[in-house]
Amino acid sequence: MTRRRPNWIAMAFALAWLVIVLAPVYVLVLAAIQTQPNYNSQGPLSLPKALTGSNFSAVIHAGFLHYFLNTLIVTVAVVAIVLVAVPPLSFSIVRGRSLLSRGAFRLFLLGLAVPAQAVIVPMFYLMTKLTLYDTFAAIILPTAAFVFPVATLIMSGNMRDITSDLYEAMALDGASSWRTFRQLVLPLSRGGLATIVVFAALTAWNGFLFPLVLTQSSSVRVFTLGLFNFETTYGINVPEISAAVILSMVPILLVYLFARRSLVQGLMGVGGR
Amino acid sequence: MAVVAHGDRRDPGELSRRVVQRRRRSRVRKAGRPSIVWAVPATVYFTLFALLPLGVVVWLSFTSWSGVGAPASVGLRNWTHLFSDPVMRESIWLMLLLTALGVVTQTPVSLLLGVWAAGKGRSRSVLTALYFIPLLMSSAAVAIVWRALLDPNFGLPHQLPWLFGSGDLFGNPADAIGVLTFVGLWQWTPLYTLIYQGATRAIPVSLYEAASIDGAGPVRQFFTITLPQLRNTMITTMILMVIGGMTTFETILILTQGHPGNSTTTSAYYMYSQAFNSFDFGKASAIAVVLVVVATAIGIAITKWSGYDKMTSTQEGV
Repeated sequence: MTRRRPNWIAMAFALAWLVIVLAPVYVLVLAAIQTQPNYNSQGPLSLPKALTGSNFSAVIHAGFLHYFLNTLIVTVAVVAIVLVAVPPLSFSIVRGRSLLSRGAFRLFLLGLAVPAQAVIVPMFYLMTKLTLYDTFAAIILPTAAFVFPVATLIMSGNMRDITSDLYEAMALDGASSWRTFRQLVLPLSRGGLATIVVFAALTAWNGFLFPLVLTQSSSVRVFTLGLFNFETTYGINVPEISAAVILSMVPILLVYLFARRSLVQGLMGVGGR
Repeated sequence: MAVVAHGDRRDPGELSRRVVQRRRRSRVRKAGRPSIVWAVPATVYFTLFALLPLGVVVWLSFTSWSGVGAPASVGLRNWTHLFSDPVMRESIWLMLLLTALGVVTQTPVSLLLGVWAAGKGRSRSVLTALYFIPLLMSSAAVAIVWRALLDPNFGLPHQLPWLFGSGDLFGNPADAIGVLTFVGLWQWTPLYTLIYQGATRAIPVSLYEAASIDGAGPVRQFFTITLPQLRNTMITTMILMVIGGMTTFETILILTQGHPGNSTTTSAYYMYSQAFNSFDFGKASAIAVVLVVVATAIGIAITKWSGYDKMTSTQEGV
């Protein structure tokens, strides 16, 4: 495919799709910097007559900075749980000798098929019984659990790439499983670890279902729930909600700029849901 | 592996040396291997927070619970009600419809875009980076943005009546379903485009070179090389689309709330609404069980039908 006539038709479709992708972003950015009366009178596509930063300050005053912090807490906790539990599990799946290790792998493959929607009712029941309803734990615990299947898949695949000669060299050295893990597996799995960190972080950051069902008060409200709550309480105040949406995207945009490869790989994991 | 030759039996020293060697080698093979203990924390945790709830939901489907107090056993009542519930049947049909619409719209678009984006060139990589943007937004944010954009009074339909006609896209069932399909397309195509792009880049160039020599033009190459090589990827993405389509929830909650009437109430949304709007957790649990069974059945059916488990390599003979 070296010397080809530029494919104009394909380029036309690609540009058309670009317009479709960017149109909401365009509206989002423009709306966030206008006042509501201006936006309502002009319509979403017109260039603003006057610019303002009031939407951002209004949104921050409405508590979104607090929601931001809550989401951060949830995200860090979920990533921590996944990092502590999944790499050892994958190590056991890839290198373990017992039938149970292989059984564990099948268990988590099965877990891929369980939709989170199906467990919101029993989760609500369980959290109420455990008096964990309306706490951070109520969000963190189930969210982390549902990250496990995909993270296990990613991590196991990654660890399988470590050739057995290296393992055998460690064994000849008399290394324990813990030392093998620490000195061989972890350093060589950095790519996989980065991917599951990003995948877990994204899942937690954008999580909506569990927070919606398992929390209520604004002290534990996460950002996505804050957006939803804002929209239902204040109706369609497009400029303000646009400002809120943009704020929610900032961290992810930063990751996209600085850790693009990990982000892409983590997102492909999202496809594995 | 030590083989004790017949002759060695007569030499006790030789025999014990070989046994010691064999024991040492198998000890070496066992050394450094993780015991089952390594898998325990994750497995216990997952069982508690993902699998146990599945058992609980089955139990709850035989009870009546309003959210307060304790669930009371009511036997098969929820189930008999469910079987004669027209909304339930409608919701399953809707779930299948929306999923099918999703697959039918997203597959051609993401396939063509992915193949195109796999080519070299500055413009392609810039565009591809931009196509990524919907993936950076949460499901809730996407739905909220489109809710605002498609608002009949202040959104695009108001400003572009020549394109949107009457403007109230949320007022009739066909339009509402169209909106949900379009938002799904906008939201998920970037992901599948990325997957197809990666898969297309992995196709060996030698195949295309051979075809060019034979005189095949780009269109012919697409249909005879690209598409067959992408077969496994197409199956994978279709499975992802089906699973995704069946579990779509936030989009419906924020855009239509299942309206107009019940015309966009899928099973997932119906379950949520019965639980958290009507406080009938028993019935909602029954719906959840149906959801899991249907989703698993469809997942297995697709896997079997597509021969996924037999997954032959597309690169044999290359």
